[in-house]
Amino acid sequence: MEANIAIPTDSKETWSGGGVKPFGASYGKMMMWFFIVSDALTFSGFLAAYGLTRFKFIDSWPIADEVFTHFPGLHGVHAPMYYVALMTFILIISSVTMVLAVDAGHQMKQKKVAWYMFATIIFGIIFVGSQAWEWKNFIKGSYGAVKTTDGKILQFVKDGHQIALSDFVVEERADHRVQHTRKNGLWFEEEATIATYSIAQIKNAYQANTDIQIRSELINPETKQKVILSREEGLAQLAKTKLVVEGANLKVNEYGNTIFADFFFFITGFHGFHVISGILINIIIFFNVILGTYEKRGHYEMVEKVGLYWHFVDLVWVFVFTFFYLV
Amino acid sequence: MAHAHESSKKRIWIVLIMLTLITTVEVLLGIIKPASLHLTSVLGTSPLNWIFIILTLVKAYYITWAFMHMEGEKKWLRRSVVWTAVFLICYLLTLILIEGDYLHSTLAPLVKW
Repeated sequence: MEANIAIPTDSKETWSGGGVKPFGASYGKMMMWFFIVSDALTFSGFLAAYGLTRFKFIDSWPIADEVFTHFPGLHGVHAPMYYVALMTFILIISSVTMVLAVDAGHQMKQKKVAWYMFATIIFGIIFVGSQAWEWKNFIKGSYGAVKTTDGKILQFVKDGHQIALSDFVVEERADHRVQHTRKNGLWFEEEATIATYSIAQIKNAYQANTDIQIRSELINPETKQKVILSREEGLAQLAKTKLVVEGANLKVNEYGNTIFADFFFFITGFHGFHVISGILINIIIFFNVILGTYEKRGHYEMVEKVGLYWHFVDLVWVFVFTFFYLV
Repeated sequence: MAHAHESSKKRIWIVLIMLTLITTVEVLLGIIKPASLHLTSVLGTSPLNWIFIILTLVKAYYITWAFMHMEGEKKWLRRSVVWTAVFLICYLLTLILIEGDYLHSTLAPLVKW
């Protein structure tokens, strides 16, 4: 019954029963905590599903070091982990500026709260931008691979290192295949982007370059490296090619299991969505701080509450970082 | 709101240093991947993975306790949040990871490499 009774606005921070606060926490703060619990369970559900799938395909799961290898400004340099470590650090810094804003709020220093909130927003934007860049690299792909009729991804290696299709496929495309667009074909049909190289080109190039080998998805449990096939085995596998794959999307993935890409997009995307909402909420609170809303109210608890949400986003990233990039 | 006017800046910087150090250690281990930790197995996975998981939990502790100021909350607010989440997550993970292992043991023999 009590929940339906309108509360006078001047006692908004108290529970409807009056001055008694369960656990000594205000209504808003406690509800923020319980929202965080439920959101944490949502993320756990996603990460657990990722774990299940990874255990299911434990002998062929893509190796993160071979997937995320880019760093801004270092073209073609194999730089695993550095970029994502930088992103983690940016998010930690944004957490620190947030907690400094809360701290300044306790001391009723309006200007300091505003500046720290501003810094938090900027770092948040940098993080989301970094994630967009990471997605771009993942979608574009760096090497290219082929997919066989039995759904396996074959990558190409030279001296044990993966090489791109463009590194060894040199001859002209013989099948004269061109992209079907509305202008050169049926106006009511569109075609998905076709691969740069034809299957025949890749087969010929493989046969012409005897130093190139094929790497399968299978992991050797002894070395925890992907198994590299001999030239003959490679040729037999290559004969089954049905598709040239460049980059990753929800249907096909040059790094290996398609579902790896699906989980990557879904989990980092859901986290990125949280970061974006966090930035928006931070911006709203930032303007409230500037307008002096909390100065008039007499306390900065609102900053504390969005702070809780923002730290939670950081907390989730710590786990995503571990389970996608490290383990 | 217990410490209404005192600043806890020192604690914040210490936690920042801790989090940075732990992340650096994780990244270094992830790049070097020492064979003795990476290629051996303890309790179902490599010791390296266990190190990563434990360090992650340490980071989670610092973020929740210091940044989210859980250390300043009343005991039972803390417990209602932490115990609930920890129990349910452990429960979910146990069931689902065992299931994943089972799927592998039944389906992997059917895949021809």
